[in-house]
Amino acid sequence: MKFGVLQFPGSCDEVDAQLAAARVGEAVLLWHRDRDLQGCDAIVVPGGFSYGDYLRAGAIARFSPVMESVIDFAEQGGLVLGICNGFQVLCEAGLLPGALLPNANRRFTFRQVDLDVVNAGTAFTRACDPQERLSIPAKHSWGRYYAPDDQLDALEASGQVVLRYAAGQNFNGSLRDIAGVTNERGNVFGLMPHPEHAVDALTGSTDGLRIFESMALSIQGAHA
Amino acid sequence: MRARVLIRPKAGILDPQGVAVEQALPALGFAGVQNVHVGRIVELDVEDASQLDEMCRRLLANPLVEDYEVQLLGDDGHAAP
Repeated sequence: MKFGVLQFPGSCDEVDAQLAAARVGEAVLLWHRDRDLQGCDAIVVPGGFSYGDYLRAGAIARFSPVMESVIDFAEQGGLVLGICNGFQVLCEAGLLPGALLPNANRRFTFRQVDLDVVNAGTAFTRACDPQERLSIPAKHSWGRYYAPDDQLDALEASGQVVLRYAAGQNFNGSLRDIAGVTNERGNVFGLMPHPEHAVDALTGSTDGLRIFESMALSIQGAHA
Repeated sequence: MRARVLIRPKAGILDPQGVAVEQALPALGFAGVQNVHVGRIVELDVEDASQLDEMCRRLLANPLVEDYEVQLLGDDGHAAP
């Protein structure tokens, strides 16, 4: 399978995302001005500070030429993963519910966090055991997940809350400890922590690979 | 037409910038300051002022978490009454 990793001016984690995806498939970078997704089976919107995060994180990137193609791709059921700034972009694009707000702790925070897999039945977590705990780094100043209460209830009821910060690990003040959500259809997923930085034992954890392995399994299943 | 858009965090949503400013002012000796909120201003010249609301909803503000207010400015740069 082939992953396409978007590259905006100001992206900074696209190469790690490409290297992580390359452990389970082929992976290419897709420049923000190009509309051609090059036949990719799945798209990764990476972390960083796209377009300088001017106005609001993700607000400008969401209108880039490549994102027009990604929005079409997602509407056709294609798998789209948004990490950190990518999560913000997908929320701004309306592909995911909710918004990311400044951390409640008022700081840029970089730490390894434990995440509880709440739903191991999604296209992005099927390689995880139910209730598995993943150790993955998070690094952001704008990662407090917010949605109105009634929307949060609906997300929980429909299994769209996929990852939560483990007890005591919710440093950014995300509502209901939410670290990652999918859209209603389940083909678009966003999370603030960085699975692409946890794919080699050298850096302490390989738990992030589960996300990429899950996506590869989902694509292979669709082609089988 | 010159316009000014004021964008604020919605009431009830935690505003860490406002909290930081609220805590900094007493450190300078300003007592009795409460309910500080930090937003932003976008000023722009537009040919069609009727498009401003859609500009706000689609780009300048995120209506899920922010309120916005459009002011049309007169030649003197002040908001029209």
